[in-house]
Amino acid sequence: MIQTDIIIIGAGPVGLFTVFEAGLLKLKCHLIDSLPQPGGQCSEIYPKKPIYDIPAHPFILAGDLTEQLMEQIKPFSPGFTLGERAEFIEKDDEDQFTVTTNRGTKHRAPIIAIAAGLGCFEPRKPPVEGLLDFEDKGVEYIIKDPEFYRGKKVVISGGGDSALDWTVFLADVASEVTLVHRRSSFRGHPDSVQKVMDLAEAGKITLLTNAEVVGVGGDNVLCSVEVKHKSDGLSHIELDHWVPLFGLSPKLGPLGEWNLNISKNAIEVDTFDYSTNIPGVYAVGDINTYPGKLKLILCGFHEATLMVQSAYKRIYPTKNLVLKYTTVTGPPGIQS
Amino acid sequence: MINTENMIKVVVIDRDDKRHELDAPTDMNMNMMELCKSYELPVEGTCGGMAMCASCHMYVLSSHEIGERSDDEEDMLDEAFFVEDNSRLGCQIKLENSLDGLEIKLAPVG
Repeated sequence: MIQTDIIIIGAGPVGLFTVFEAGLLKLKCHLIDSLPQPGGQCSEIYPKKPIYDIPAHPFILAGDLTEQLMEQIKPFSPGFTLGERAEFIEKDDEDQFTVTTNRGTKHRAPIIAIAAGLGCFEPRKPPVEGLLDFEDKGVEYIIKDPEFYRGKKVVISGGGDSALDWTVFLADVASEVTLVHRRSSFRGHPDSVQKVMDLAEAGKITLLTNAEVVGVGGDNVLCSVEVKHKSDGLSHIELDHWVPLFGLSPKLGPLGEWNLNISKNAIEVDTFDYSTNIPGVYAVGDINTYPGKLKLILCGFHEATLMVQSAYKRIYPTKNLVLKYTTVTGPPGIQS
Repeated sequence: MINTENMIKVVVIDRDDKRHELDAPTDMNMNMMELCKSYELPVEGTCGGMAMCASCHMYVLSSHEIGERSDDEEDMLDEAFFVEDNSRLGCQIKLENSLDGLEIKLAPVG
């Protein structure tokens, strides 16, 4: 069990900055994020994009913003549970919450700060009828162990690096590999594209371009997929596995089951302190909503700053908090 | 007062085949993704309009000239489903006076 003062769900820019503001009040934080790296959307979707509205940065790349925030919070030594999704919340009789991830890691704290952005990133699922019935029965959205596919017939869909790389890798593992892609060019790394083209030419894989999987079939387990060709109708492929690799998109996920007041996929908060309807649970950044809400990193930083003041008073109801400027206190985390 | 010179009409057909006739300003640097969101139509626009996700995928039904898809847009459409010749990312359709009468349909979501 990981014990801390504030469990922060979401390690995007706002979650990271919450560590800093909490640290100034000597509150310890532990972050949970479903992605394997911190930064949230900034690292997952647009690391190379410049952001122009971070005060005092005429522009900063989203990836650099993440790095700088990591540097800024280093003195406070936050804990991280990465690559795991916050799944369950429980409150005990000591007024502490336990948050358990999908992998069973348990975290306990008197305060939870939800800074989950647009939710957790999950694989995009093609809207193919009957698809959900075959999940883990022949349909996988992530390749965890390539050995699983040894000697099997596999169809991969997608045109990005993961589709290309797995096609190349599985060519030597699976008995048959078919890559289905909606157009004839690929957005992946040119080296990977060339490898796939070479394998197709050598007859080691089947490459179906200008095509898309539009149907799934089977009795209990997946046996076939229906492929629609741009030029000449449908074809039928017998297989053991279909792996659609269409990237990740954020979903509210388990947070929607936590009895929080939700409005249009966002958590309602009181702008006094960004508290939710559950005392001790706060929501900051893109995940929250209130009249006048703007989904900006800048606004999330402000929300986090006010939120930790309220969290402090909840943890130490009898202590008076005096705002101290960092110019007075000196380098964060050094003073004790 | 609303300046009608910089206002066009566009039609959005949602995923339940319901038609929405929308007033669209052309002098506010807006795109179709933003317009749909401003009318609370179910368009995600996860990345905010950078052509870095595919959550504003829509079909252009009318014959308006919109300009070629950029490489970024083409790449991101790889992450969309049921992409057709008339598929576009809404965030890449800039609202201009020449688009008066534009008709689009929201693509299915995964």
